[in-house]
Amino acid sequence: MADTMAHTETGTQDAARSGERVPTVIADDVDIVYRVNGTKGGRGSATAALSRILRPGAAAKASGVRTVHAVRKVSFTAYKGEAIGLIGTNGSGKSTLLKAVAGLLPVENGRIFTNGQPSLLGVNAALMNDLTGERNVHLGGLAMGMSRAQIKERYQQIVDFSGINEKGDFITLPMRTYSSGMAARLRFSIAAAKDHDVLLIDEALATGDRSFQRRSEARIRELRAEAGTVFLVSHNNKSIRDTCERVLWLERGELRMDGPTEEVLKEYEAFTKK
Amino acid sequence: MPVTTSHTGPEHRSPLPERKQTDVSQVLDTPPSPAEPSPQGSGAATARAAAPTPAELAARYGLTVSGSRPSLPAYVVQLWQRRHFITAFATAKLTAQYSQAKLGQVWQIMTPLLNAAVYYLIFGILLGTKRNVPDFVPFLVTGVFVWTFTQQSVQTGTRAISGSLGLVRALHFPRASLPISYCIQQLQQLLFSMCALVVILLCFGVPPAPSWLLAIPALTLQFVFNAGLSLIMARLGSKTPDLSQLMPFLLRTWMYTSGVMWSIDRMLSGRDIPQIVKLLLQANPAAVYIDLMRFSLIDSFHAGQLPPHVWALAAGWALLAGVGGFIYFWQAEETYGRG
Repeated sequence: MADTMAHTETGTQDAARSGERVPTVIADDVDIVYRVNGTKGGRGSATAALSRILRPGAAAKASGVRTVHAVRKVSFTAYKGEAIGLIGTNGSGKSTLLKAVAGLLPVENGRIFTNGQPSLLGVNAALMNDLTGERNVHLGGLAMGMSRAQIKERYQQIVDFSGINEKGDFITLPMRTYSSGMAARLRFSIAAAKDHDVLLIDEALATGDRSFQRRSEARIRELRAEAGTVFLVSHNNKSIRDTCERVLWLERGELRMDGPTEEVLKEYEAFTKK
Repeated sequence: MPVTTSHTGPEHRSPLPERKQTDVSQVLDTPPSPAEPSPQGSGAATARAAAPTPAELAARYGLTVSGSRPSLPAYVVQLWQRRHFITAFATAKLTAQYSQAKLGQVWQIMTPLLNAAVYYLIFGILLGTKRNVPDFVPFLVTGVFVWTFTQQSVQTGTRAISGSLGLVRALHFPRASLPISYCIQQLQQLLFSMCALVVILLCFGVPPAPSWLLAIPALTLQFVFNAGLSLIMARLGSKTPDLSQLMPFLLRTWMYTSGVMWSIDRMLSGRDIPQIVKLLLQANPAAVYIDLMRFSLIDSFHAGQLPPHVWALAAGWALLAGVGGFIYFWQAEETYGRG
């Protein structure tokens, strides 16, 4: 950090050329609060819904709106070419934080700055279920802003990467006929076909088999080499060790540790063995 | 993978990094302008003195607040860049629509024809609205097809965002692509129906005429109007999913007041109806587009049956809904897919 500061006057481009660390994601004291409707049990939820409409704000508590403080005062800076693992027990705020980085959740306090538009790959992100895998590859590519020629060029690569056709001609079947693992693999393959500045992966690899996980880990390293930043949420510590050199450990919404993979994982493994 | 030793900065080493930045503005509604030039030259000298705040660091490297909305011109440019996606999505959705049915694409033509048959049975034969209307079947079928275009655009528009949350969350593209794409899908559907309509017209002895070409500007204006309405409904529907339950009722009410299966002109003539009601019935955009299509296709439908200033009305509605709807949709661009 200190030497980054010393050369600020050289500007962004020079910084990138001389191998300095260029930030891609900056989280500044981020708080994220969920508001959940209809948590008040017992009373008919229809009446609760009505009073929510009739008296917004004042009756928020009475009508069963609860707030969940999911992320508390988290700050970090991620740099170009970094792969950062996010670990923590279930419900510790990892997915919430990634959603906020992707701009899909508003932050309560603080700010998140990003370089370009990060892409989030979640477990549940369905593409177009009623269309064939082939159509999904084309439309997904077009939606990400690739040209038809680019897609044509990379099509075979995407299909091979996903491994969808390993057991027969499945790419021409509608996506709704895929198993959850197959669908997740195709989604990742489509999203990974583009060179992202910031790619956020939320357990999207967990459903794939071992050989697909190895392929995707290789692709993550490739994306890093192309000066992208990758965030990876995973409960598989081996996966984190294989791909990330830095780890953020979230617990109860707070950033408990931020440092080199081995150091943080050692502490985390000691913590989870308790 | 060897552990790199690049993280020597204090903020990465220490667990629970504490920052003391009381001077950082935490106000949410004043993000720095993305266009802010990075401080160079004289600005850098001051920045070097102290560790920069995250906001300064972000500004220097051109980072922008995550999930901020692009400016309107930038948004239009982004949308234009995605034009291939918009048309490909519409075509894919159209062909997938009946992929589970045994008859497949035959339903593209069967659905509107059956629709028209039902209305002919109820209104033409049972209720007798066909009296005094020459060429009632072409009159009715044109009305039903043109109305279906608007109705389906609004209905699919309401679910355009809320029904594609997975896609919206997974990939980044200007969200207006979705409602516009659904409208194009409906337009393609209408073109199928128009082929059937031409056959019906010829069967019922309506001669082809140069005025048929007027259908093109009429359809273009209607498409812009539908797209605008669909954008408005997409934003409303993304906030309040309940709307998709309500829409069929609103749309049915709208249909019955739009003269789909009777002639508004015949209804109004010779009756004591307040001027304001007359005006509202005639200025109704759906009625305007339906009557324009009838005027261009059916020779017995005369210009006298059209409301006054009909082309100005049609263009005005298209412009109002198209531009207004687009801006209204864009104003919430960053919020789609949240929650």
